[in-house]
Amino acid sequence: MTFLKSISDVHLDILKEVGNIGAGHAATALSTLMNKKIDMKVPSVRVVSFDEVMELAGGADNVVASVFLRIEGEAPGSMFFILPLPQAEKYIRQLTKNQTFTFTDEQDNELALSALQELGNILSGSYLSSLSDFTNLSLYPSVPALSIDMVGAVVSFGLLELSQVSDYAIVIDTALDEEDAKLPESVKGHFFLLPDPDSFHIIFSALGVKVDA
Amino acid sequence: MHKTAEIVKVGIADMNIVKVPDLIRTTGLGSCVGVVLYDQGAELAGMAHVMLPDSSLSRTEPLNKAKFADTAIKELLELMIQSGARQAGIKAKIAGGAQMFQFSGSSDMMRIGPRNVEAVLQELKEFRIPLMAHDVGGNSGRTIEFDPKTGLMQIRTVNKGNSEI
Repeated sequence: MTFLKSISDVHLDILKEVGNIGAGHAATALSTLMNKKIDMKVPSVRVVSFDEVMELAGGADNVVASVFLRIEGEAPGSMFFILPLPQAEKYIRQLTKNQTFTFTDEQDNELALSALQELGNILSGSYLSSLSDFTNLSLYPSVPALSIDMVGAVVSFGLLELSQVSDYAIVIDTALDEEDAKLPESVKGHFFLLPDPDSFHIIFSALGVKVDA
Repeated sequence: MHKTAEIVKVGIADMNIVKVPDLIRTTGLGSCVGVVLYDQGAELAGMAHVMLPDSSLSRTEPLNKAKFADTAIKELLELMIQSGARQAGIKAKIAGGAQMFQFSGSSDMMRIGPRNVEAVLQELKEFRIPLMAHDVGGNSGRTIEFDPKTGLMQIRTVNKGNSEI
């Protein structure tokens, strides 16, 4: 846990603000795109074990739609936009005007998946560019990759860099929620930001915060 | 009195062993490799959820031995023998090592699935453990469950359903 030793509550609050700015812009973009009010929860920043990261994302076995991209540039890291399948279906229906779309339907998924990928592209791009403005760091997104698969299989890929220095991750997690959603479970989507280990100090110093080395 | 079978879970970068009638399971293997060592004679099985190929990639102490192929298999083998397995009776089955995402910018991390598989195979060879079956590669996540009684591994994937090796 060496890389975590120098991180205090103040630093976690700063990371929370970083998540706030990024996910706030993405939520606005989603609202505009869907023409619906999307609520964003205050981001939570947690230091958790790898297994707990999976739990935050719905459990290692849970099948989700996720858009993953690598952040390249001055503060590299991984970013995930994760949607439960029913929510992803709902967005696809709205975007493609195909009211009968389901993932179980084998045929003609290409347009649907490409719409979902584009949604992820817009949201993660919006998250990242506001982050870049806020920190004044050059951050470039890779082309986002879409996957419909188990949380464990997908998210573990974003933990590889961290896994070389720690068994714990700092997760900046923001939940999104449609305001008029009637379903009881309130959390509809998640943004996960997982900075690479060396990126924490770069982010802090870009924001003028001291870190004890 | 019959003991009811329990399912022992193995987390990411974790390992454990079970005795008949219990089963052992790990969920959501992507680029990680699930390694099972088993001795049916001793009714024992061990499983490791390996995340990275080589402990030289680690930049911290202490080392989590279950995380790396080169340390996990050695440790799991020792655990098995301590629990009563015979070295000569130990066999292996493996699954995982998928390439979940295709990126053009190819750092070494992008090929981690195949590298994990190579490293695991190398270690099994090193300890002369015969590989009885494998289901590796592709681009789907896997959940695996092993029964030390039958020596069979159940594999569940999202797109291809269930199989058994």
